[in-house]
Amino acid sequence: MADCGDEADEAGAQAELSDKEKKDIAVWFLSNAPVGEISYVAKDIRTLIGDDRLYDMAASESFPRHNKAHLLTLELPDRSGDVIITGYGEIDKNQYLEPRSAQVATVDHIKQACTGLRPATDDELPSPYIEEFRYALDVELCKYVAEAYPKGISAVYCTRGKDIDVPGNDFDLVAIISASKKSPQNFCNGSWRSIWTFEFKDDTQLVDIKGKIQIAAHYFEEGNVQLSTKNEFNDSTVFQSPEDCAVQLTNIVRHHESEYLQSLEASYLHLPDSMFKDLRRKLPVTRTLFPWHNTLQFSINRDLSKELGIGK
Amino acid sequence: MEAALDLMRRISPKKSETALSALLSLLPHYSSDLLSQVDLPLQVSTDTTSMKDFLLCEYNRDADSYRSPWSNTYFPPLEDGPLPSEELRKLEVEANEVFSIYRDQYYEGGISSVYIWEDDDHGFVACFLIKKDGSKTGQGKRGNLQEGSWDAIHVIEVNPEEDGTAHYCLTSTIMLSLATENKTSGTFNLAGSIRRQMSLDLSVEEGHLCNMGRMIEDMESKLRNSLEQVYFGKTREMVCTLRPPPEGVQICIPESRPI
Repeated sequence: MADCGDEADEAGAQAELSDKEKKDIAVWFLSNAPVGEISYVAKDIRTLIGDDRLYDMAASESFPRHNKAHLLTLELPDRSGDVIITGYGEIDKNQYLEPRSAQVATVDHIKQACTGLRPATDDELPSPYIEEFRYALDVELCKYVAEAYPKGISAVYCTRGKDIDVPGNDFDLVAIISASKKSPQNFCNGSWRSIWTFEFKDDTQLVDIKGKIQIAAHYFEEGNVQLSTKNEFNDSTVFQSPEDCAVQLTNIVRHHESEYLQSLEASYLHLPDSMFKDLRRKLPVTRTLFPWHNTLQFSINRDLSKELGIGK
Repeated sequence: MEAALDLMRRISPKKSETALSALLSLLPHYSSDLLSQVDLPLQVSTDTTSMKDFLLCEYNRDADSYRSPWSNTYFPPLEDGPLPSEELRKLEVEANEVFSIYRDQYYEGGISSVYIWEDDDHGFVACFLIKKDGSKTGQGKRGNLQEGSWDAIHVIEVNPEEDGTAHYCLTSTIMLSLATENKTSGTFNLAGSIRRQMSLDLSVEEGHLCNMGRMIEDMESKLRNSLEQVYFGKTREMVCTLRPPPEGVQICIPESRPI
């Protein structure tokens, strides 16, 4: 009887779940979808919400955010390369600049596909002066990405001062590296995202470097295990010619990323001893299996130590 | 229901509480199914009579109160809250005592609780719970973890047979989350949950507690290994796939499959 009452109450509560609450729930699940799995999450949540209008609202809000946050890469319709979905290349909510080929891709966020391509206008591209720096860095970075990432995609954007056409001014470039592996048939997905910001400063003649790397991995065969890591870096180098800057900046990126990978390996190596052991040991402190057959002994010992006032 | 469970294996285990409460509000008619199929990290309460902590689950709950295994009373107080039979309570007391020692030996800290109650048939069900905070601010002896939680839930159905044996069916869930943070490696976060089942027919000569204890010990060790070797190994493999370590220093990853 009590159960029936509870259920009736809860059913009543459901009726009060407003459209906004339902949509918020859908947005929450979509926003927390692991990399490469948003379409599966979308399918589930669409079924559960049972209201396509609300689902569409949630999807049109969540997919662009998810695609940008995960630096989704999409193949261009002419197969000439890939465009990275990132705020740094966003022209409007469905158009993204691909700086290497100076094209703008039209993107369907929910289908996660490029639907169109046009040449970028002059307004959308940096000045020839800035382009020299951007282009040189892109070339060097491409070489590095090709050698370090089996499936890495990179792009370099000018995010400040793109119209500067003479030396003597500050400007910023941002380099993005995005590598992902989707293998739903093997129950695993993962991604590596690097964002490197280079601030070219005229007064100090230095380039300030800020980096952020995030890695995510999800393995879910008969379980659910997720890795997420994040690290930030700061560095600087001398403001030089476009070519020299490109080589120097790429070396710095390579150095930090390799070091970071090594520190991750070290974390994994320490996992069994120093980390896992603080949760549960592999063997008891006695280093032998627990003597279940002899537990009476424990009770006696415990009583004895209690009486003698020793132990716990 | 299928869609709901699929979501639960996709959303990070660190966010399972929010995910479950969202699903419960969306699917009130499936609340008991969801609650029985989705495990969450355990909550702790204090038995103010014995001044000892105990763990909360559906099996020691009645209305909004939970029965403590130490004093056998409900907190907050509840009149007429169901209690196990005298015979089962005796086993429960012993199980709690022995399981505390087991927990201390494997976990070097933590909280454990055992609840036993009559089954519909002639058998009984026992639920063994362990919670450990292994972070450096908690009970992590080595102090390497910024955050480290381990929750184990073992539910074991026991059906004694005529011939002096009993059928034991164990369902175990382990949930864990660990995080380290330092200058060179930034934040490193691993979270996971797995659930497995195992059934055995055993002679009750040495007693139920002995049989249940051995099964749980065996299962916990298997699940721990599986998480450490297979599941965490797979995430490491993924990192190496995305950006392989330079040749020469490549550390070989053993091919492994989950149990």
